[in-house]
Amino acid sequence: MKLTRRILMGAAAGSFILSAGAATAQQTELTFWSWRQEDKAFYQDAIKKFQAKEPNISIKFETYAPENYQTILSTALAAGRGPDVIQVRAYGNLETIATPGYLVALDKNNVPELANFPEAALAAETLRSDGKVYAVPFAMQTQLVVYNKKIFKDNGLNPPKTWDELMSLAQALKAKNITPFGNGTATAWQNETIVGGLLSSMLGKQFEEDIVSGKANFTDARFVNALAKLKDVSQYFAPNFTGVDYPSSQQLFVAGRAAMFAGGSYEVANFKNQNPTLDLGVFPAPVLKAGDQALVATYYDGGYAVNAKSEKKDAALKFIRYLATPEYGTAFTNTLKNLSPIKGIKIEDPITQEVAKLTENAMSYLMLVRFRYQEPSGSVLLQSNVQKMLAGQQTPEQAAAEINKGIATYYKPFQK
Amino acid sequence: MPVSPKQARTLKHRSWVAFLVVPPVVFMSLFVVYPILSAFAYAFYEWQGLARGEFVGLANFREVLFGATMAPTVWNAFLHNVYALIALMIIQNGGGFLLAWLLYKEPFGFRFHRVAVFVPVVLSTIIVGFLWKLFLNPNFGIINQALYSVGLDSWAKPWLGDSSTALGALILANAWHFVGFPTLVYLAGMQRIPSEIIEAARLDGTSEWQLLKNIVWPLVAPSTTILFTLLFIGAFNWFEIPYVMVGLDGSPFGSTDVLGLVFYRTAFGNQSASIQNFGLGSALATLIFLFIVVFASMLTLWLRRREIQF
Repeated sequence: MKLTRRILMGAAAGSFILSAGAATAQQTELTFWSWRQEDKAFYQDAIKKFQAKEPNISIKFETYAPENYQTILSTALAAGRGPDVIQVRAYGNLETIATPGYLVALDKNNVPELANFPEAALAAETLRSDGKVYAVPFAMQTQLVVYNKKIFKDNGLNPPKTWDELMSLAQALKAKNITPFGNGTATAWQNETIVGGLLSSMLGKQFEEDIVSGKANFTDARFVNALAKLKDVSQYFAPNFTGVDYPSSQQLFVAGRAAMFAGGSYEVANFKNQNPTLDLGVFPAPVLKAGDQALVATYYDGGYAVNAKSEKKDAALKFIRYLATPEYGTAFTNTLKNLSPIKGIKIEDPITQEVAKLTENAMSYLMLVRFRYQEPSGSVLLQSNVQKMLAGQQTPEQAAAEINKGIATYYKPFQK
Repeated sequence: MPVSPKQARTLKHRSWVAFLVVPPVVFMSLFVVYPILSAFAYAFYEWQGLARGEFVGLANFREVLFGATMAPTVWNAFLHNVYALIALMIIQNGGGFLLAWLLYKEPFGFRFHRVAVFVPVVLSTIIVGFLWKLFLNPNFGIINQALYSVGLDSWAKPWLGDSSTALGALILANAWHFVGFPTLVYLAGMQRIPSEIIEAARLDGTSEWQLLKNIVWPLVAPSTTILFTLLFIGAFNWFEIPYVMVGLDGSPFGSTDVLGLVFYRTAFGNQSASIQNFGLGSALATLIFLFIVVFASMLTLWLRRREIQF
């Protein structure tokens, strides 16, 4: 492990020296690190468009595997190196990099385009301790239910509005030997996406407010009852769902063997890539009783930041200002089928339009947005306790109590 | 003063020895000793991501061993390591011993089997992990399919999703992967036993069981020493198979969590926790290291005592 770190540090140092050496006198060359190897073509295109405006700046786009990215990046930054422009994550993950002062703080002066973003998007890239923004946000993700329109049509079904409709719809599909939900719970983080996709409307915005203000905690009836409903609907998940991992659950849906998939809006592009013939739709978490507000759960993926140790900060800032324009946001959204949070973008893809519409009524993807700053993280608690509950090894009350107990170890409002 | 031929020889010999010894010593110090010592030093500081904060003395060690948040996870993982050690001792090393005995008796096609048993050891652990994950898939996996086809439907399980079978499944996958190694070591050990000893025992009419228990087993004690020690170290450093098959969280709900996974999550963070804590990670790594060094040495000394010279 230690050896790997040294090698990575060496590699990072090496690439830094090489990139610095390649820059010519009048030409400024920036390095730009990302974990999105699959989006390389898109980024190279965006760089070209940027260069049409700024011919003196060239940008080298480099990617690392997502699971190692954070480690490689923090190692390089700790050594006083790293790229000029950095794709960073959000919330707690951003803090590990921003707190030690590795990033340039952004404001209306050095990046006037920050005005193009909604508050919540900037909050995702803000360090809580100093209230400053450290990155230009790039994508908003939404937890909802993706469904196979063809299966629904063949069986004369419509997207359910209420929880009871969802249950009878799932029952009808199961009776016809169609797996209602492709979802499985063997991969821990899938439990959190399932909660976000299915339970948001039953939890409600008020619940989030009460959690933040400390009026309610996770033993609240709204949370416990929603978990009980989840336990109830899990009978319609993939067969043997406790042993079905993330890739297998995706395969069930992509192959058209399952009608619905509770998860992120990012799945849509993913499913379409694997099976372009799929006709997909999305709907928000079903409400408890007709008339309640239907919600999705949203969060921001990450942003583009500038390395505080970079010697080419001006050029780097010019580039991230470009990454904050509606022009870039439109290209991002339409090429990657991922919703850019920039105001005033034009969306072509119909499903992305649908997702964008749903996000008008949203609560936070609660644990990621609020409780991923300290150990034990709310996400880890939610994931393992929901997994345990769905495996039938604890009741919804016990799961809620465990989650609450873990968060209460550091969250002041729960300690009363 | 003129150098005598003898002194010249000594000098030549010494420079030759230095030439051979210095490069590996430098290499080891740079890439093994220095990282271990620096990890040890890291453990005494508070960390903000990868930036070193204040000196905090033994606070990280206290948190790892007794802290309300960390300790339950660490001890839970530790017990799983112990469980894996015992199970692998029986299945992997015990199975290796029996396989070696079968091969030693040179049954039909033993040359082929000798190679076949060792082939999985050569495979990459990543491949073995994915292979077993496929075998154990509850819906398309070969294991459940086989059970369904012989009518044992009630035995079919979501192996890796069931907290009562997941760790066992990992242990079996690991045993399948590595059983060839103890087999080969034991086989070499058995072939070192002078054949007259075994022939004499046979002439005296010992049963197969007595032969194994009273003659072969004691005489392969040096092999046992090395295999048990290596397994001990391997079991407490266990990481790859759990990481590939159940992920960083020791899914489902921590029932397959082992110290290697806890260390990785603590030091480097995972997607669902975001927090990288090098202080706690280094403290845990140091404790694992000390535990392995102390107990592996004790185990070796103890096992050495029962070895017989012949």
